Amino acid sequence: MGAKADQTNSLSIALTGSGGAGVITAGNMLLEAAAKAGCYGLFARSSGPQIRGGEAAAMVRLANEPVVAPGDVFDILIAIDWHNIDRFAVELPLSTVSLVIADPSQGAVPEVIAARGARIAELPLRDLAKTVAKGRPNMIALGAVAGLIGLPGEVADDVMARTLKKRGDEALAASRDAFALGVEAAGAMSFDGPDLWTRAATRERWIINGNEAAGLGAVRGGVRFVAAYPITPATDLLEWMALNLQRLGGALVQAEDELASINMIIGASYGGTPALTATSGPGLALMSESLGLAVAAEVPVVVVDVMRGGPSTGIPTKSEQSDLNIALFGLHGDAPHLVLAPTSISDCVFTTQWAVSLAETLQSPAIVLSDQLLGQTRAIVDRPADIAFVSQRVTAEAATVEDFRRYGLAAGGISAMAIPGSPGRQYTADGLEHDESGLPSSRAGDHVSQLDKRAAKLDGFDYGNHWAEIEGDGRLAVVAWGSSTGAVREALARLGSRGHEFRLVSPRLLSPPPPARWAEALEGVERALVVELNHSAQFYRYLKGYCDPPCPVDVYHRPGPLPLRAGELVAEIEKWSRS
Amino acid sequence: MTSSPAPMPGLTARDYKSEVKPVWCPGCGDYSVLLAITKALAELKLPPEKVSVISGIGCSSRMPAYMNSYGFHGVHGRAVALATGLKLSRPDLTVLVTGGDGDGFSIGGNHFLHACRRNVDLTYIVMDNRVYGMTKGQPSPTTEPDWDSALSPGGTGLRPFNPLVIALASGANFIARGFSGDSNGTARLIVEAIKTPGFSFVEILSPCITFRQDQRGWKKIVRPAPVDPTEDIGRAARRLMTDDGFNLGILYVGGREPYRLQLEGGEREPAELESQFVV
Ligand SMILES: Cc1ncc(C[n+]2csc(CCOP(=O)(O)OP(=O)(O)O)c2C)c(N)n1
Ligand code: SF4
Ligand SMILES: [Mg+2]
Repeated sequence: MGAKADQTNSLSIALTGSGGAGVITAGNMLLEAAAKAGCYGLFARSSGPQIRGGEAAAMVRLANEPVVAPGDVFDILIAIDWHNIDRFAVELPLSTVSLVIADPSQGAVPEVIAARGARIAELPLRDLAKTVAKGRPNMIALGAVAGLIGLPGEVADDVMARTLKKRGDEALAASRDAFALGVEAAGAMSFDGPDLWTRAATRERWIINGNEAAGLGAVRGGVRFVAAYPITPATDLLEWMALNLQRLGGALVQAEDELASINMIIGASYGGTPALTATSGPGLALMSESLGLAVAAEVPVVVVDVMRGGPSTGIPTKSEQSDLNIALFGLHGDAPHLVLAPTSISDCVFTTQWAVSLAETLQSPAIVLSDQLLGQTRAIVDRPADIAFVSQRVTAEAATVEDFRRYGLAAGGISAMAIPGSPGRQYTADGLEHDESGLPSSRAGDHVSQLDKRAAKLDGFDYGNHWAEIEGDGRLAVVAWGSSTGAVREALARLGSRGHEFRLVSPRLLSPPPPARWAEALEGVERALVVELNHSAQFYRYLKGYCDPPCPVDVYHRPGPLPLRAGELVAEIEKWSRS
Repeated sequence: MTSSPAPMPGLTARDYKSEVKPVWCPGCGDYSVLLAITKALAELKLPPEKVSVISGIGCSSRMPAYMNSYGFHGVHGRAVALATGLKLSRPDLTVLVTGGDGDGFSIGGNHFLHACRRNVDLTYIVMDNRVYGMTKGQPSPTTEPDWDSALSPGGTGLRPFNPLVIALASGANFIARGFSGDSNGTARLIVEAIKTPGFSFVEILSPCITFRQDQRGWKKIVRPAPVDPTEDIGRAARRLMTDDGFNLGILYVGGREPYRLQLEGGEREPAELESQFVV
């Protein structure tokens, strides 16, 4: 068994190298092979600001149970070269139990790495690669990792064959030979890691990232029209949609900017087609005015914000949970709308599907706050459950009764929406304040009753138990939202195994704020701690200001781009629990 | 492409008007544009429920509520984008966009360029009064450089934007100019604009009698263009570049295929997409 009791029998492996060294390919292959061999895991990539080339790190964590957060330290770091290591060494935590494998031809181990006290082993990746026709150092490195962790040879071979199919027999043979050399070299090194292979999972598992998961949730929920403008880290969600919508008879349109993309989806939804866009902070900011239009005109739309470091262009390739304020409060006027957050990578399916169904049912815009960490980390997960949410818009089909009032003050605030083409139901959707029939009105009475209507339909809706994930029933609660939930969940599991019981509350529905639900979730709790990844404690302030928590609340928060890690949170939560 | 629904017999212009009384000043050119649009729809005998009129913000953008079709009165400058989403996902509808020079050429300028380039089958009617009417008289992109106003004392000194030339250069498939004072002539332009596949741009000189009283003189200056519509883009460019802005008629008709989405053929269910994820 491994040397680390604080990292529940998992293995964390990093491969680093300059762009083109193939560490991302090797990382993907490692994840896929481990999946085939029955593991769970995560694969996150870190890359520099360069568009192509530059430095890259493939960070893989494997375990026998679903992995919900990055590990505290890497068990193995294998460096094909040390290109720009100073820039991202901080993303690669190491300790005295780590094994660092370095190619002596790339010079001495840099001080930022050597100073961590890890064991260093030498492996002449480049020289070995030269002994194989067309051999590449990344495949030697992959072989070495496979050898050290005991990855079954057949699955690795299988994955190599599938990955390299397109590159031809010669490339595959070269990779096989290089891989074998790596395995052999590993035999000469000592490494004591957990055995991940004898307790192989047999359940159906998927490899998916949060962006794909959000896309799948969207189409399960009925989305068939997407308009969007490319932006990191949301672009891969859009690319997934572009291909997969075609298969479903839907389509994606590349808009000229986000002002256009939000208006295009409002137009498509007004025409009866459930519609979505995905963006990141800068794009969400541009959409604010038109999201208000969707509120006033009561047009369902879904916006997935894959958050990155802000403000302004910020850190496009790294994660942060700092768009909560603009998502909640970025619209002018009194503009109630839905804001949701997925609690994990696989929950991106559920939450996005639910968001589509809520938007359609409540004729409201819904913002889904994913982030780079959820969106771009590939995970091996149990197959997400099928859920029945599909779009359920109340429509006024054809004229059966006279006097259709599009914005009629029906009980519950939801009024039937006529779809263009339905005879006798013509109306004008309007962002101007209007009366029940949709005619522009600046009368005080109409303004109040329409504001009441739009608030009531959201506030009065029964969101059921899906509104939050609540686990455990300690007298101390930790509240996390979005991607922070993973690291908190792991931290609480570790504390639990030491006999400290905590309650976890991770809300999926952030807005409208449900104070009654928060009262229930925190019933019997003496104190709660909010954990989030932003500089200004945005959720903490929101919880205190809008959700009336029934107990004192504290906060642990810090900005990105470094992800929260369970070890860090164990220390913080312990400190807080004793304070 | 207007996949024309079966024409309705016996529809008159009045059947396309709503009961709502316009907010426009008495004498505003936009009344006649409303009349021209309803005449055109009656001529085409399109069922009102199959027509959607989309607009932004401005006096001219108030159009949808005055009509008995479906309508959407959105935010300032984004009407063309909203209409694009509607038409692409509902190719069976006839979609018109109505608005002003400020809405379309200033705040919405980028969408105008890309709508011309994308060439979706829309008819875009701009009531150009060379002023921001609704906000009470500021210069727009088409305002003369020496037009004096409170916000630009002595004039902007800026050369006006030429929307027809921009439309041609950006790829619009149909370009025409009308005058609100001639509602029958304008109606004929709109009929042709709707019938022509792709993005049809119709600029209608529509005087703002409140903030641009000088525009009362337009009726004496406008004239039918002394030439026939051309399909030759080079000739159209020369014609539009040298035009004084008062030649009326269809000035260019191209043969570009409109942009459409491939919505047929994809018959799979979401569950069938899952195999790509299975380990
Ligand atoms: C985002 C935004 N900025 C400014 C305004 C104020 N505004 C309303 S209409 C308008 C100009 C309208 O001019 P035009 O499109 O030429 O229409 P007209 O009134 O002349 O018909 C402006 C600036 C607004 N409604 N929204
Ligand atoms: S201000 Fe000018 S454009 Fe507006 S309604 Fe009056 S006349 Fe027409
Ligand atoms: Mg104007």
